[in-house]
Formats: sequence, C-alpha cells, structure tokens
Amino acid sequence: MMSSFLFRAMDARAGLFLAIMAAVIILVPACNLLLPEGSTFHVPNYAVTLMGKYLTYALLALAVDLVWGYCGILSLGHAAFFALGGYAMGMYLMRQIGTRGVYGDPILPDFMVFLNWGELPWYWYGFDMFWFAALMVLLVPGVLAFVFGWFAFRSRVTGVYLSIITQALTYALLLAFFRNDMGFGGNNGLTDFKDILGFDIQADTTRAGLFAASGLALVLCFLICRAITRSKLGKVLVAVRDAESRTRFLGYRVEHYKLFVWTLSAMMAGIAGALYVPQVGIINPGEFAPANSIEVVIWVAVGGRGTLVGAVLGAVLVNFAKTWFTAALPDIWLFALGGLFVVVTLFLPKGIVGIVSQGWTALRQRKISEDYEAGSDEPPSQAPQSPASPANVSPKTSSSTLPADAEPQPAE
Amino acid sequence: MARSSSLLYLDGVSVSFDGFKALNELSLTIAPGEMRAIIGPNGAGKTTMMDVITGKTRPDSGEVFFNGTVDLTGEDEASIAELGIGRKFQKPTVFESHTVWDNLELALKAPRGPFATLFHVISGAEKKQVDHLLDLIRLGSKRNELAANLSHGQKQWLEIGMLLAQDPKLLLVDEPAAGMTDAETAETAELLKDIANDHSVVVVEHDMVFVRSLGVKVTVLHEGSVLAEGSLDHVSANERVVEVYLGR
Repeated sequence: MMSSFLFRAMDARAGLFLAIMAAVIILVPACNLLLPEGSTFHVPNYAVTLMGKYLTYALLALAVDLVWGYCGILSLGHAAFFALGGYAMGMYLMRQIGTRGVYGDPILPDFMVFLNWGELPWYWYGFDMFWFAALMVLLVPGVLAFVFGWFAFRSRVTGVYLSIITQALTYALLLAFFRNDMGFGGNNGLTDFKDILGFDIQADTTRAGLFAASGLALVLCFLICRAITRSKLGKVLVAVRDAESRTRFLGYRVEHYKLFVWTLSAMMAGIAGALYVPQVGIINPGEFAPANSIEVVIWVAVGGRGTLVGAVLGAVLVNFAKTWFTAALPDIWLFALGGLFVVVTLFLPKGIVGIVSQGWTALRQRKISEDYEAGSDEPPSQAPQSPASPANVSPKTSSSTLPADAEPQPAE
Repeated sequence: MARSSSLLYLDGVSVSFDGFKALNELSLTIAPGEMRAIIGPNGAGKTTMMDVITGKTRPDSGEVFFNGTVDLTGEDEASIAELGIGRKFQKPTVFESHTVWDNLELALKAPRGPFATLFHVISGAEKKQVDHLLDLIRLGSKRNELAANLSHGQKQWLEIGMLLAQDPKLLLVDEPAAGMTDAETAETAELLKDIANDHSVVVVEHDMVFVRSLGVKVTVLHEGSVLAEGSLDHVSANERVVEVYLGR
C-alpha cells in the first residue's frame, strides 16, 4: 500500500527534477567547501546562503501550489505558517545562546532581560531541545491551519472570501507578534543566533549543511505532493477545484479533503520557515506581512500553477530576479514584479512550465507530421500528452492522447 | 401510499426564499422501482424540490423520508449521496480537466474518505465496471478524452454515467434532454428507460415529446405544489393544467 503510494510519485518528469536537485544538493556545497577561493567554480559563501534561502522559498511555493493549483484554495496567508515555523526554530536557536548573550543570562533571552522579565514564559519551555522545536515547527502551523480550516471549510467559505480571511489571519498575527508582551521579541524578533545542534551557525560547513537540508526537505515534500496529486485523492482535489458541488453530490465530503491538504500545506510552509531562519539569521514580525503571502502566489503563477515543478521554478527565478534587480535597479523592482504578474496573467496563464510543455508538444507534433510527409507509415496522431500537463493524470492514460489544455481554471 | 412502503416520501414540504414560496405544502411519493416524470412551468419549484431531496436546501416545514425511515432533512449532500440518491444537474456538470475515465472512476461506489482515496489502487472489478458504464453511455471511444472536449449531449450522458457509477437507489435527473438534438433526445429516452429497469428514477423535463416517449406517470407542479398526477394523457386533459401550463 505504502510502496504503491510512493511509486506513484515517480515518472520521467519527477526523475528529471530529482536529478537536478541531487546535482544541486551535492555540487553547491562541494564547490563551496572543496574548491579553493580562486577557482572559477568556487561558490562563494554568500551564494550558498542565498541559494539555500531560495530553496526554502521554493518549498513555500510548493505548499501554496498544492492548495491553490490542485484544490483551488487561493491562500493569501501562507507566509503566516512560514513565519510560525520560523519562530519555532528561532526560539530553539535563542535558547541555544545561553550565557553568550549580551546580558549573559543562562535561561532568559536578551530581550526578556531587557524587558525586566523575571522568568521564562511557559510557552518557551521545551524549546531548548531540538526535537521539541522540530515538532513545534510542524504542530504550530498545522494546528492553526486545522482550526482555521475547520471553521472556514465547514462554513463553506470559498473563493475571494477565503482569500481575504487568510490575509486577515496573517495581518492579525503580524500585529500580535509586534507586541512586546507576546514574548517573541516584539519588533526586533529573534536574532543573534550562535549555534544549531552544537554547530557554529556562521561556519561554512554549517551553512553548507543547512543548504543541503533545505534541498532534501524540498525533494521530500515534492515527492509527497506528487504522490498525493497523482493518487485518487489528487483527482478528487482537482474535482473540487473544478466543480465543488458536483463533488459533494457524488458523496465526497469536500471540507475533509480541503482540510487535509490545507493542514499538510501549512506544515510544509512551517518546515520552509524553520530552514529559512538559521540561514538568514533573524526572524521578525515582518515575515507576517500580507505582501509576502501575495508574493508567493506570484511565484507560483509565474512558474505555472498546478504543476509542482512550476512552483519551485517560479520561486527560484523570481527571487533570483529580485536579488539582481534590488541590487542593480532598486527603484524598479516593485514595478517589475507587478508588471511580471500582469504579463503572466494575461499572456502565460499556465506559467513558464505551461509554455514550455506547449512548445514541446507543438514541436513533437511538427516532427511527427514531417515524418509522415516524408513517407513514414505512421499517421500523425493527435497531440501527444505534453510532459508538463497536470500531474493528476492517471498512469493508465499517460501514454494516450491528451490535449495540452488541461489547465487549471482560475479561482473565482 | 404509506410512508413505510415508499422509496421517497415528501409530505407538506414548504420552502420560501425572501417571502417567495418556492414550495408550498408539496406532497409527493415515489414507490420503489418507479419512474416518474415531473413537469411544470418555470418557477413551479422543480429544481427546489431536487435541492430539498439532496440536502442542498433545508425545508422550512414538512417531512422528507427516504426508504420509509431515513429523515433526509437532517442530512447533508455527501451523506444523502452515500444513502443512494444520485443527482444530475440541469446544466451538465462534469469534471472538465479530468478524462472521461477519471470522471467515472471518481463516481464509482467506493469509500469516500480522504485517507481511503489517498491509498486507493484501482481494482480489476472497478475497471470492468467503468468499461461497462462507458459502453452504456456510448462513450467508449472517448475514454481518454478530457471531459471539457465533449459535446453538450455527451456531457449529459457522462453525467448520467457518473450517476449510475454511484449505484444509487434513486436517480434525480434534471432536464436530461436540454440542448440535445432530436436524435440525441430519443437516445437519451432509451437510456433512461434502460436505467429504470433496475433503478427508481425521477425525471424533471420541459420537453413534452420526451416525456411522452418515456411513457410513465406524470406529476404536474405549479407554484410549489402538485396540480395533477397521472398518465400524460390524463393530466393533459385536466383543465387547470391546460390553463397554467399547456395552454400557454
């Protein structure tokens, strides 16, 4: 049962993605650690951290794609789950500082000493242990998403209304975390980390390790998402996206399905946040900003929603562009981002992956026609299934004739 | 007919929307194995009646019982579907970005929970059943086609096929012949008659030729309640029916 579940995740496209990811996970740290600084192939330290950050963004985008691309839930609040995972990891890192803080208190983080707090608040207990923090990285976003989803999906809040309350959720958390009495460092957040699992957080090897961990987390979550979207459950999700009431009248409890992917997606976002924080060295309430969540949606749209690979690609490309733009033409970046979203929505409804697969299909079609003209006996078939058409196609039909226009419908 | 021997039993059902009485003390009984056609002018409450039976709309008052014992007013859409009531919408509603095959596979009677579907592997028996349904709805050659690429009539059939895949005791079919060519309409009538051999069917339809070709008992709705009941010839002879509906 389990093996068939995982086996379902694999095919040529997943294989290509895994091969690229394996190369990245091995080569980037190796080129950073093993090659001398003068070498052409040496990857500088800052680049390792930067790319590690991209990988955590890619994981966040993957989480959004699972709920938006496949189930039609347009979340404009996923950065909240990302930030909560980040805070859970940040609390662990704060507790690791110990007496090395500015005030040298063995238990209390610096900001609590500064605020004259006498003792550690109860919700900081246990965060000195990594396993506990790791559990919280999953549980805190997961439980919040479950409770939020329980009420939202049971009351059949859908479409724009749901998007708006997810924005409200992340905004409420932003305001709450800004307050000093919340006990999460207020405006400044958590920073000045020293080490993680006993390793110096500034060391090159630790950074390379964090990079590899981000890559592995991305690969693992990708495989889980893919196994899900290619299962019968994945087909039900697409059914919900396309015709929710029809799905209900077939006897499926739509709210249970939505709750399942929503919670899972929030947990993935939490993992992304937890890997993000040690690499950038800080977590503050700014991560809850509503604009952040919207940006994630843009990444997914640019890459191609409902494709999984597209979400990863979109996140990396847009963030690479952001890094370049904000350095070279800082004033233009926001215009460029806005413009990009408009262009993608108008001209590339299926994103980059959609365009590439369409082009590939057209090319193959042309070649088949040419072969036919040249005298081959095989008549030109219909458009072969594009390599990047949505992954919800059952293996049984994958060799058959599927037009490439199986695109996700826009959420209301 | 007594409630206990009926398949579907509606008694004194009223629904109002903002003061407008969509259903007004509607009483209707369907016997097991029966096929019934429901006609009536626009706004007579045909679709609202379907909504009440399938759990989409809760009645303000009245009783709705399935199988003589199950109170449908306390159930939601998913559990009513599980009880064995399938519904076809007025506008054909299929999963457009799924293939014809997948549409039927999703409709097949099977555990409906998320974890059951997550680990589901399609069995040989299920494949056979889908193949059988594909033949029945005459879409065998389109099995790998996306549902979005089907013609209007084919979508109607696919939806009927999905209904059958659920293996319901009662099928509610809302305007199956709408937008069909004459030939398709005739074929649809044949298909429904086939289905009625081993299912109970309620058909809502405007098309009199179609209703006549079904040759079953007809219920005429008007302003949310039953105006007349009987064979088509019998209700056509009723003056009130002629006045509100046929005479227009």
